[in-house]
Amino acid sequence: MATLTTYPNFSLTVHDGVATVFMDKKDEALNTLDPSVFEDVLAILNMVETDDSVQALVLASAKPDSFLAGANIRWFETLRTADEATEILRQGQAIFNRIEALHAEKGKPVVAAIHGAALGGGLEFALTASIRIVTNSSKTQLGQPEVQLGILPAAGGTQRLPALIGIANALDLMLTGRSVDARKASKLGLVDEIVPDQALLQVAQQRARDAIGTSSERDTGITLSPATLQKFALEKNRLGREVLFRQARQRTRTQTKGNYPAPERIIDAVEIGVNQGREAGLDAEARFLGELIVSPESKALRSIFFASQELKNEMWVPADPKPVNHVAVIGGGLMGGGIAAVSASRAATTVRVKEVDQAAVGRTLKHVADYTAGRVKRRRMRPFEAEQVMLRMSGSTDWSGYRNADLVIEAVFESLDLKQSILREVEGITRADTVFASNTSSLPITDIAAASSRPETVLGMHYFSPVEKMPLLEIVVTDQTADWATATAVEFGKRQGKTVIVVNDGTGFYTSRILGPYGREAFYLLEEGASVEAIDGAIEQWGFPVGPMLLSDEVGIDTQEKIGHILVDAFGSRMTGPDVPARLVADGRRGRKNGRGFYSYDDKGVRGAVDESVYEALELGPRKELPETEIQQRISLALINEAALCLEEGVLGSARDGDIGAIMGIGFPPFRGGPFWYIDQVGIDEIVAQLRMLAARHGSRFAPAQILLDIAARDATFRM
Amino acid sequence: MTRRVAIVDGLRTPFAKSGTSLKRLSTLDLGSAVVAELLSRSGVDGDLVDRVVYGSVVQDVASPNLAREIVLSTPLPDTTDAHSITKACATSTQTFVSGAQAILLGDADVVITGGADSLSKPPVTFSDHFVEVMMEAQGARDLGSRLKAFSRLRPKDLAPNPPAIADRSTGETMGDGAERMAKLNGISREAQDEYALRSHQKAIDAWEKGIYDSEVMALPIPPSYATTVDRDSIPRADTSLDKLSTLRPVFDRQYGTVTAGNSSPLTDGASALLLMEEHTAKRLGYIPKAFLRSYGFAALDPNWQLLMGPALATPIALERAGMELADIDVVDIHEAFAAQLLSVLQAFASDEFAVTHLGRDRAIGRIPDEKLNLYGGSISLGHPFAATGARQLLTMANELVRRDAGIALITQCAAGGLGAAVILER
Repeated sequence: MATLTTYPNFSLTVHDGVATVFMDKKDEALNTLDPSVFEDVLAILNMVETDDSVQALVLASAKPDSFLAGANIRWFETLRTADEATEILRQGQAIFNRIEALHAEKGKPVVAAIHGAALGGGLEFALTASIRIVTNSSKTQLGQPEVQLGILPAAGGTQRLPALIGIANALDLMLTGRSVDARKASKLGLVDEIVPDQALLQVAQQRARDAIGTSSERDTGITLSPATLQKFALEKNRLGREVLFRQARQRTRTQTKGNYPAPERIIDAVEIGVNQGREAGLDAEARFLGELIVSPESKALRSIFFASQELKNEMWVPADPKPVNHVAVIGGGLMGGGIAAVSASRAATTVRVKEVDQAAVGRTLKHVADYTAGRVKRRRMRPFEAEQVMLRMSGSTDWSGYRNADLVIEAVFESLDLKQSILREVEGITRADTVFASNTSSLPITDIAAASSRPETVLGMHYFSPVEKMPLLEIVVTDQTADWATATAVEFGKRQGKTVIVVNDGTGFYTSRILGPYGREAFYLLEEGASVEAIDGAIEQWGFPVGPMLLSDEVGIDTQEKIGHILVDAFGSRMTGPDVPARLVADGRRGRKNGRGFYSYDDKGVRGAVDESVYEALELGPRKELPETEIQQRISLALINEAALCLEEGVLGSARDGDIGAIMGIGFPPFRGGPFWYIDQVGIDEIVAQLRMLAARHGSRFAPAQILLDIAARDATFRM
Repeated sequence: MTRRVAIVDGLRTPFAKSGTSLKRLSTLDLGSAVVAELLSRSGVDGDLVDRVVYGSVVQDVASPNLAREIVLSTPLPDTTDAHSITKACATSTQTFVSGAQAILLGDADVVITGGADSLSKPPVTFSDHFVEVMMEAQGARDLGSRLKAFSRLRPKDLAPNPPAIADRSTGETMGDGAERMAKLNGISREAQDEYALRSHQKAIDAWEKGIYDSEVMALPIPPSYATTVDRDSIPRADTSLDKLSTLRPVFDRQYGTVTAGNSSPLTDGASALLLMEEHTAKRLGYIPKAFLRSYGFAALDPNWQLLMGPALATPIALERAGMELADIDVVDIHEAFAAQLLSVLQAFASDEFAVTHLGRDRAIGRIPDEKLNLYGGSISLGHPFAATGARQLLTMANELVRRDAGIALITQCAAGGLGAAVILER
């Protein structure tokens, strides 16, 4: 006999003493937690606690391929103060405690039946259950990604997770924010059973029924293994735990450079819980959440989250994309190979690579094969799927097999003549509606399109290296690019898994252009006596993954010199700096690619310390101390002011695009939210004042962009 | 509206002696590679392909429906129908004809056909006794009965059966059949060696003239992709009658004349054809290379002249085309063995053969040398069993393109006493 009760966000059936609740959040595609959900959970708890016909509870989701995606992050934005957030979290914790108590205190076991994502608050919800059963589907993912938004799991996660899977494993999940699949979750002890999709409910209900009348104490059977031994050595005694927490803090500090408070608070909350008990731990968790949720770091990280969510749905142009089933990549080197890999695998198109000889075609195929092999190894792809990817790949040294290409992406080296001649050849054999994209990082698309007989089909698709890893795709459109062509490229970029921004054509577009003044200012500082270590150290401390000197080595000093000339030609003295790259190239230093640059490299290409002979090569005198803050201010503001100019000139369509582009494309510190978010955060008046001060000291290259003055005059902000 | 079947495109892998450059690739790998590349080069939209008809001779137990596995592996949509055919050395003539029949019946407008074989990785089988024990052990409910089953195994059971090359019914290998034909028809060792030499010379010439450039794909070899195979490796420019004459007979060491030099070698390779109904081809902008005019199949008692099939199948195809051999401009006969090929030519030219075996009053006709196997054949190019028919059809279709007119005859013998013949026109 089954009875059915419905709540706004749940439905509940009782059968044979087992109540199964299906979460089905009203008017949403995914289940998330917010006050309306908690209201329903309370009502369900009141019923289950008191109704004798219910002897066990199964928690399930009615959404396809999704269990519970976590807290509703939009709702976070309505929390005004730390105290308000802390108070609400305490209420949430109390409700979760009551679910957990159903088994221990009322003898009513709870089983979480998980298929799809159980993330953040979703996993914490599942952790309140006595038993967790998951499907073997690849859609099933468990994790605590809160740290990525600058907060911490605060619905008991920092307490229940270590209790279940051990401190070290729990810290790993919470500090990285990574999610795990069913198999890994089972290995960690995070779940009790893995079942096929179709059997999930039936098994969960059976396990719930079987558990009626059993103890809620978990049987922690001891097996002798290195993992258990480590656990005993470190986790089961106070001294060992102190070592463990100390190491975790050290590692975290090294990684965050103190710029991110959330990871440290996660460690604190776990430690308090372990040493002082569950109640103290939960109290700390809630307090920390209040503190973090109003922190500038979390606000910035959340703004990035919202912006990238927005970009997923952004249409950019009022036109429909044309289907892309066949892609041609001209030039299968490092960039072309990466573009081929994400096209044939993520976007699942055929990819035909044009190369100069068969050996080069073979290298491109190897590049893609290595990528798929890595995905197979990490169980992101089945071996058969890898085989399919390789059969979507083909290559040639002539122009056979290109006539049905829907999109041609050119990824040859930066030469306008070469790119134009390829464009002409491609147009000779492809359809009139084949889109031609150049993966140039600096040449204006308008110049390339000058060779085209159908410039409406020409645009730029600027990928970042390594293409497989870097999330951004900067699409560059000219005045002549047709909307349908833009829409086609945008849609395709999204299929490749990229976050796409569309910018207007101009030398260096957005991302390469703002790196111009960034590098320029670093070279000025070098000339003024700052050491390579001091410059890179200061900028890495400011939050960039690599400093400007190391970036030169990575990009290639010769490439940087080339781009430098292009930028100077286009923008004049603002881009002109000391001719450091030219002097280094003359000294045979091209960076990592030839093992000589600002840093030294061994025979295998492994980077060592700064190559002290670089100063001599540049005819620079002894180094002197420059204040770290001055280095940070000059380099960061040079970049930020250029970003403002890009917005002013209409290269950027919005400040949002500028923030996402800088963070995802060139490693602008995420906790600062991007150049424009940062301006708003610091205060535009303050930024203008600093730029004026720098201009007074160092010249007009620091003259604040007009748009900064205008916005300041209107007392407005870019994004906040 | 009458429906005609056009060959609009085709492709093959390079052919390589088994155990050499293509040895890492399975039959499925070879078939998938050639079909995927054919799709790329022809630019045909996968959604338009109604059916794939494909085959192999040495069956891979992991992919019994090879055609369907090719669909699922390549960019063809999963909704593409596919079936597999096996017909010994006539496999890809049969896949071609079956694909063509589907078009003629109106079942399909666009069909991909072909065949592949890897002789580098033949499936290995075990004795019946061994298989029995394994099945029993698999079905055992407990360790005891499993061990009991295994205890019946003897060391000799672990030796695998050699891959079968003999006909099950006659107990003869192909080579034995060729030997017998050589003796019955009086084909001398010298004639066989001379024929084989000519075959190599023609294949080498054809490669030099670029005949095969557009027919043979470049195949980069996984997993390193460091080498790319883009030429047939079997044709030899350095062979000579002297060299050929030193080889020892393989099948009948005492009285025989059939040697490795005048036989087709075990070969790895794959081929594929893109067929379209005439009007569909036109609508999609494809220019047909050649049209199917007629075909004929025949079968004979394998205890007689096992490889005489072409002499029986050709008159059927000619009759259906309303033609005589003299109307044919180019002929491509599968060269299983020089002894077989020369026997077939003899039968073609023999009034007596025609009267006795074909119910005709005079011979099919003599095939002048300048019309026969212009660009080499299975002896010199190699013979991946299931890929050969489509290889011949493709080369002949392209020959008709080069001449921009004409009629071509393609024919093979096949194990079990089968024969196949196809007439193409342009």
